[in-house]
Amino acid sequence: MAADTILEIENIEVIYNKSVQVLRGLSLRVPRGQVVTLLGSNGAGKSTTLKAISRLLSLENGELTSGRILFDGQDTAGEEPHQLVRRGLFHVMEGRRVFGDLTVEENLTAATFALSGRGVKHSGFDQVYSYFPRLHERRHARAGYLSGGEQQMLAIGRALIAQPALILLDEPSLGLSPRLVEEIFTIIARINRETGVSMLLVEQNAAVAFAIAHYGYIMETGKIQLDGPTARLMADQDVREFYLGHAGHGGERSYRDIKHYKRRKRWLS
Amino acid sequence: MTDLLFLLEVSLAGLGSGALLSLTALAFVLIYKATRVINLAVGEILMLGSYLFFAFAAGMGLSVWLALPLAVAGGALTGAVVERGLIRPMLGESPISVFMVTVGLGSVLIGLVELIWGTDPRSLPPFIANTPVFLGEAYVSRKILVAFLVAAAVMAAFMLLFRYWRGGVALRATATDQAAAYSCGINVPGVFSAAWTVGCGIAAGAGVLLGAIGGISPSMGVFGLSALVVVIVGGLDSILGALIGGLALGLIQSWAGTYLGGEYQGVVTFGLLIVALMVRPYGLFGTHEIERL
Ligand SMILES: Nc1ncnc2c1ncn2[C@@H]1O[C@H](COP(=O)(O)OP(=O)(O)OP(=O)(O)O)[C@@H](O)[C@H]1O
Ligand SMILES: [Mg+2]
Repeated sequence: MAADTILEIENIEVIYNKSVQVLRGLSLRVPRGQVVTLLGSNGAGKSTTLKAISRLLSLENGELTSGRILFDGQDTAGEEPHQLVRRGLFHVMEGRRVFGDLTVEENLTAATFALSGRGVKHSGFDQVYSYFPRLHERRHARAGYLSGGEQQMLAIGRALIAQPALILLDEPSLGLSPRLVEEIFTIIARINRETGVSMLLVEQNAAVAFAIAHYGYIMETGKIQLDGPTARLMADQDVREFYLGHAGHGGERSYRDIKHYKRRKRWLS
Repeated sequence: MTDLLFLLEVSLAGLGSGALLSLTALAFVLIYKATRVINLAVGEILMLGSYLFFAFAAGMGLSVWLALPLAVAGGALTGAVVERGLIRPMLGESPISVFMVTVGLGSVLIGLVELIWGTDPRSLPPFIANTPVFLGEAYVSRKILVAFLVAAAVMAAFMLLFRYWRGGVALRATATDQAAAYSCGINVPGVFSAAWTVGCGIAAGAGVLLGAIGGISPSMGVFGLSALVVVIVGGLDSILGALIGGLALGLIQSWAGTYLGGEYQGVVTFGLLIVALMVRPYGLFGTHEIERL
């Protein structure tokens, strides 16, 4: 494997509860320093892919039954999730998953455990606060009381604290207003540019994902269907029709938005 | 006037045993917060702690100041072994089966202690003087006062640790969302293990204090049931609930025992439990839904 690859997934299969197969031979690659996006419709297996990478799958009774995942050149099989985080692989989960009872600052403190045993000095929370000034204003507030956008900022802020080599981002646009989506994606792109951290970005909002990603994969029912540099994908007729909504699929789009809204409510309750 | 003085003395005694209830309740809370397990064997770990102290101080003739930390360490070690050997392999099993395992563990501990030390009650070598203390005009047993002060100091220390120490943040994060805690690099199994170790160590220490006041016997673990009432009323995941609930129940038990008669203590305790559960099913200070057993 080339040294310029931070993540390499080879033909993985994932089964939940020893019965439901969700991933069927999925492969993808994230070059070091790049933003790669993984798109697909509801239930395609995007989140499952990320959970397989971060090994949080075991908490949901899911199992990687074949294939392998190389992070920074090393097979991740047998590693515990927190050990992977300490090696520099940070998963920002779908639905933000901030610790609602903890303050913003305590949420960031929780992420400092990612630095354990790495010999990196953590630079305080200043870097997070400079990317997200709003978090600084609300640093003593309970995370459960933050707005959806602020919670997403906090979720990304926790990743920054961990000083990772790779961030897995699961639908950061979920349930946010278009204006906030734009603001947050602008910052995500800046973080990639300024810190050089690689990112694997899962999205349903293909337009914003393409705007910041260098390369894209499109998956359906557990497999990659199509991949290529974002410019090429954006020119593809099918992609334009199904993912960018350029061919009068407005009805389906708004249905998705409603589903998003419902899911957002579920996460917050 | 003397009646009032008597009430004051009864109340002070109640606060003393209430502080021990709080301390024991803290053991329940720590373990429940981290692992969502109601460890019914907390009472028996408490009993084991007092017997370990007895063995080290009376049996081996060690100084009580050495026997005390050894007893606490013995309880802690038991907790660590139980978590690793019995509880962790059951991760993901239904709460009721894990609960039953702790019930079984309690019986095993009672059996072991009876095998080694017999069933007769014993008294611990005295390490707190018998001379009473007077707060103003009110008489307080010195043992109860010492127990109160130690319990209060330990509770205060834990409240501060929870709030300001990084490890406290790890425990609270794990309690809120295990997957998210993992994703922040927190060693979640390590938190489980630490909670059981520290929780059982606290229970063992409470056992030594309780034994110093009232003597020890293999059945003294029933004290754990009162502490369980405290945490169910106060909220299984709330340290503050354990503190306030313990003191309150200690007072109430002391009043009921004095003014109604000793046989009413149990009735009042569990009557209180039923009323509290009807008013607030999640406990007065609890935040999370309790897994219904
Ligand atoms: N813990 C689980 N147990 C059983 N099945 C699951 C579990 N998690 C996900 N699945 C199933 O796996 C499939 C893929 O789910 P996944 O969450 O990976 O989809 P996704 O692409 O992230 O979808 P979305 O865009 O809605 O988030 C779905 O059919 C889902 O029902
Ligand atoms: Mg998903």
